[in-house]
Order: sequence, then C-alpha cells, then structure tokens
Amino acid sequence: MNNYTKQAPKPVGQTSIFTIRKRSFALVFAFVATLFALSSAVANFSTAKGLESIPKAIIWMAANFVPDEKAISRLPNILSKLAETALLAVAVTVCSALCAFFFSLLGTKTTKINPWISRAVRAFASFFRNVPNIVWAILLMFSFGQNILTGFFALFFASFGMLVRMFIETIDEVSSSCVEALHATGATFLQTVFQGIIPSSLPNIISWVLYMVEYNIRDSALIGLLTATGIGNLFDLYYKRLDYASASLVVICIAVMVISIEIASNKIRKVIM
Amino acid sequence: MPILEFQNVSKVYNGVTKALSNVSFSVDEGDFVSIIGPSGSGKSTILRCINRLVDATQGEIYFDGHDINKAGKQELREVRKKIGMIFQHYNLVDRLSVIENVLHGRLGHKSTIAGVIGAYTEQEKETAFSILAMLGLTEQAYKRCDELSGGQKQRVGIARSLMQEPRLILCDEPIASLDPSASKVIMDHLSEINKALKITCIANLHQVDVAMKYAKRIIGLTSGQIVYDGPAQDLSRSKIYEIYQSNEGELITDIRYSYE
Repeated sequence: MNNYTKQAPKPVGQTSIFTIRKRSFALVFAFVATLFALSSAVANFSTAKGLESIPKAIIWMAANFVPDEKAISRLPNILSKLAETALLAVAVTVCSALCAFFFSLLGTKTTKINPWISRAVRAFASFFRNVPNIVWAILLMFSFGQNILTGFFALFFASFGMLVRMFIETIDEVSSSCVEALHATGATFLQTVFQGIIPSSLPNIISWVLYMVEYNIRDSALIGLLTATGIGNLFDLYYKRLDYASASLVVICIAVMVISIEIASNKIRKVIM
Repeated sequence: MPILEFQNVSKVYNGVTKALSNVSFSVDEGDFVSIIGPSGSGKSTILRCINRLVDATQGEIYFDGHDINKAGKQELREVRKKIGMIFQHYNLVDRLSVIENVLHGRLGHKSTIAGVIGAYTEQEKETAFSILAMLGLTEQAYKRCDELSGGQKQRVGIARSLMQEPRLILCDEPIASLDPSASKVIMDHLSEINKALKITCIANLHQVDVAMKYAKRIIGLTSGQIVYDGPAQDLSRSKIYEIYQSNEGELITDIRYSYE
C-alpha cells in the first residue's frame, strides 16, 4: 500500500514534460509564422493588400453576379444541362464502384488471395487516385477530344482509385472477423464474398459511393469546363460572353443541387447504417 | 487412434517472431482438452494451425487421416468442413439474422453457387432450427445478430459450428468477453456437446479454474513450448506458476486461497 501514499520523488536535473510541451509549441508557432512571412515575400504577396481588396470584390460580385430576368429565362436550359451532368456523374460513380469492388477484393488482406496481387492492386489504385481528375481530363483530351467520353473517363479513373482504397479499408475493418469464421467452415472464396463480405460491408460501401456521387457532381461541373460539355461548358459560355448574371445562376444551381444531394445521401445513410 | 496429432510443429511469424517451437501432442477422439498459458504463448496459433487459418512453418499435423500441412485446396476444404471453430469475438456476420449465420456452417458442404445464393435445403433449415432450440435460441432465430447479447452471440457461434457436423470443435477464448453467468452457460453447452455428441473439443482458456473444471486434459503453454500436458486434476499450483512464469500470490486465481 505504501506505493499509493508515498510522495512521488521529484525528478532531478530534468525539465518537466509540461515545459517541454510549451517550448515545442512556441517553436512550431514561430516556424509557421516565419514560413508564412518568407513565402509571402518571395511570392510578392501582401497580406494587407489582399485583405483590403475583399470588400471591393464583394461589392463587384454583388453588382454583377445577381441573376436578372434574362438569366431566369435561361433556367430551363441550365437545369437540363445540370441534370445531364448529374446523371453522368451518377453513371460514372456506379461503374467505377463496380470495378473498384472487384479490385478491392483482390487488394484486401481479408481474402488472403495473394500478398503480391494485393500489393499490385494497391499500387495500381494509388496511381489512379493520385493523378487528379483534372489532369486525367487534360491527358484524355488528347485521345478523345472535347467529348463527353473524356469527362466520363477522367471522373472514372479518379473515383476508381479513391473507391478501391476506401473499399479495401472498409472490408479489412468490417469483414475480416466474419471472413475468418467462414474460411474456417470451409467456405470457398465466392461464398465468403457473397455470404460474408457483401452483407457486412454493404452499408459502408453504399455510404462511400454516395460520397463519391456528391464529389463527382461537383467535379463534373469543373471538368465540363475543359471538355466543353454539360453544365461546366454552359458556365464557361456565359462567363466568356460577360453574362455574369447567368453564370452566377449556374453556380447557384450547382450549389443547390450538391447540397440537396448531400442532404438526401445523409438521410439514406441514416436508414441503412 | 488419435484424431489429431502434432509432430514437432513450429511456427515463426514473418521470419522473426517465434510463436511455437517443437510442439508435439496428440488428442484422442472424444477428448476435452484445454490449452492454458499467458497471452502470446501461442495458444491461438496452435488452434489456427489445425484448420490452416495459419500455416505452420515446420512439422506435421495429422487430423483424421489428413496431412494438414500438405493438403491441397480441395483436401483443405474437406478438413475444414469437419472442424468447427468458435471465437472470442464470435465472428458472426452481424447484419444477418441468427438463422442465416447458423446456416453458414453448411457452406463447406455446398457447391459454390448454392452457397453464393444461399440456397439451403429444407433438411438443413430444420437441422438449424433444432440446433437453435437445443441452445435455447428459438425466439432469436429471426433477429439480427447485432441485437443479441454476448452470450447469445456465442451460442450462435456454437450453433454455426454444430451445423458443420464437425468431428472437432476449436474454441478460441470462448468466454473471454462474457460475464460469469453467460460463461457458465457456454462452458456447459460445450461440455454437453462433448459428452452427448462425442465431438472432440479443444479450448483455449485464460481462466485456469474453468479449464480445470471442464477439461479432462490440460496443456500448459509457455512461450511456444509445452510445459504441462496431463490430466486436469493433476495440475498442481506450482505447475500453474511455472506456466504463467509468476510467483505465488501474483495470479488472480490466488485470491480464492486468501478466502480460506
């Protein structure tokens, strides 16, 4: 019992851990501040000027980016392009999710297919994931031209890479214990996939796919700018014609669309989880 | 004729971590063996080497006439069909119903396609329900597994392994996550299965007193080596201290002696 009542001996000749924490915090802060000052100086960026221009920018936007009557008359056209873009994003996500699920089965440690195949799949997916979809769009434009297919593949590759990784993590986390049990009963690979992995990880997988749909709708607007298709192209058109009112209506429509899809998918998530 | 035989089995993980070294023992049909030993002594590895969830590095394991380490894919499936396994964390498919989890025990006996679409025969379903009745789970049959208590989940695990019509049941810490009353229910069921159905049982246990009460034979494991192998009633207190490499008064089981 003595150990509990005894006074702890004071460490001799040692700085306390709290002092060390404070010092390292101050150091990190000083380092970040210097980094900011240096990089601002190199890039000729003046914080004061930047802050100064914010009110002016807001006034300009308020004057130009308010949808007027002419913009409202274009609403049907905008909405139809928006629907086209959103449907493309959904189609892309579903296709890439199917491929990604297949690849993630090869990539997880849970199924124990082969450590080398697993590594190869992870590296493959990592490559697709780490090239941004904009870069994919630019690269693919050389082969497909300014075409809806270019946008499709650009989104497909990037979301494929992302989903493979998410699916692998989900399966490893959610399904590994029941897969072990099914292996022990003598179940074959396909049996463990359909009776173990799919039932246990499906809600998480759907949740990731919904997230990817949101993400792809947002990005498809951006990629449309490059590939001259869909809502992105419409925005570009209005913008270059200096028709800022219509361009801003496009932006508002995209925002409303993305937010409503986010709300809807949150609802779906709550139901399935 | 022993149903299971280990001959000089060793297991090294990733070429560095020694889990088992030169383990040899054999288990007779109908026996109830308990393996005890500190965490990391290789208890789980022994069980998993039997159904090849883990591949042994060296040595031979014979089960019911099969040379486990040399078994090909098809033979391994035959072996696994005959060996049920229950786990500390139950390892059920939580989102499926109890009856579906129990029927998973038949997967090894079915063609791939029948297993994939979950086409079970009426006979199999009847067997599943009678096993559930035997384990007192009739009312839970259509519930989802994540609605069950720990003790009920473990009974589903037992039901799943019985569905296999196994010759041997491996129990990996079956009661380590359960309260004392659920633990007793589970151990009583295992004991009953062993006696009435003549299914051989090998159970890893942390509770020495439980092992001594339920098992006919105890294997004591310390850092991958067998230091005790004999009848449960012959396990002396000094041997227990040797297995856990501790001194008198340092084990939680010692508190019972302080009452006396």
